[in-house]
Amino acid sequence: MINKKVASVSDALKDIQNGQTIMLGGFGLCGIPENSIAELVKLEVTDLTCISNNAGVDDFGLGLLLQKRQIKKMISSYVGENAEFERQMLSGELEVELTPQGTLAEKCRAAQAGIPAFFTPAGYGTEVAEGKEAREFNGKMHIMEEAFKADFSIVKAWKGDEAGNLIFKGTARNFNACMAGAAKITIAEVEELVPAGVLDPNQIHIPGIMVQRIFQGEKFEKRIEQRTVRQKN
Amino acid sequence: MALTKEDIAKRIAKEVKDKYFVNLGIGIPTLVANYVREDISVEFQSENGVLGMGPFPFEGEEDADVINAGKQTITTLPGASFFDSAFSFGMIRSQKVDLTILGAMEVSENGDIANWKIPGKMVKGMGGAMDLVASAENIIVAMMHVNKAGESKLLKRCSLPLTGVGCVKKVVTELAVLEIVPEGFKLLERAPGVSVEDIKKATEGNLIIEGTIPEMVIN
Repeated sequence: MINKKVASVSDALKDIQNGQTIMLGGFGLCGIPENSIAELVKLEVTDLTCISNNAGVDDFGLGLLLQKRQIKKMISSYVGENAEFERQMLSGELEVELTPQGTLAEKCRAAQAGIPAFFTPAGYGTEVAEGKEAREFNGKMHIMEEAFKADFSIVKAWKGDEAGNLIFKGTARNFNACMAGAAKITIAEVEELVPAGVLDPNQIHIPGIMVQRIFQGEKFEKRIEQRTVRQKN
Repeated sequence: MALTKEDIAKRIAKEVKDKYFVNLGIGIPTLVANYVREDISVEFQSENGVLGMGPFPFEGEEDADVINAGKQTITTLPGASFFDSAFSFGMIRSQKVDLTILGAMEVSENGDIANWKIPGKMVKGMGGAMDLVASAENIIVAMMHVNKAGESKLLKRCSLPLTGVGCVKKVVTELAVLEIVPEGFKLLERAPGVSVEDIKKATEGNLIIEGTIPEMVIN
């Protein structure tokens, strides 16, 4: 077994530099690597390019990095519900590249799978297609999209072991499973880190070869963005 | 009488057929799930990565790790599954999802849709809408026929940045049910008490009226 365990979040993130490109898993606030985001705030690294489906809310998730102006560019599919984000985008302080969600996921997956580019129909005929190669396949127009190139991928899983194997829970799998192994170095923070051999190999979602560093997060707030419930009658 | 949002959802629910996999967008489309016939088998897909969505959880049973694409806490039904977002859009692109219902700011007579950006005013992003409209075979749009200023949102050409081209099949508004055909918006049904004249006035795009137009049956 090749041991990927690091002692703490600060060990895991210690070599992240200003100006680097970082993928961060999660959809909305669901499954975001919250311990690592807190550490990035502490490290005060700046000029980051962040690839993440959303940009958090004003006081949680990537919103914390936006508040400190640590992000130079965001690559996302949906950025609503964040007033500071909107302000920085409209004032031109923040560069934003909006990408269709399925394309965003596939650009991660392509990087993970060693595929440099792919064709998708999403965005054909819209401003997303501007400057991109378009081609017809089976009578339908597609545009070429390239795999992401990132320095770090930071993902959050439910359980992990020292070999770096990951298991996700519910819809927190979202972009985490696509981003694991999609950058030069993948860091996984997990709710529960166990010794190798504890997790059933049949149940692993992401094999440890995709993960270079793994640690157990100190605490998970797991904030809910839209708490919707029904009443018991 | 123009339809309420709930009525629009009820009318669209009639388009949901047995053994359909359905993706619902945010807003009126989400309400459609409440009105689908109970004697048919339907599974709801949410593009963040779940198939077999159930109703909202009971108070106290919310799970931060189980949400829909609107970031709302949800439950799952027997037979449900979770998967990652790349896999989720894989099943959308390969047309495993039978019906996509989403909202729009504008639709044009050739089936173009705009629903993600108002330049200079609102830029929230397209989320999964561009992927859904580019791949889904059957797209129904739930929208208001006119904006607050009374201007038509069913146009000859969309004025806002597009989400997809030539993809919308059907539109259900507070006034009418319309099908997109090569010549434009074909009027299929009108809301109870709404006249064909009213619909003509509210539609900028080419409106095709053939024969007598029946009133919608909502319930």
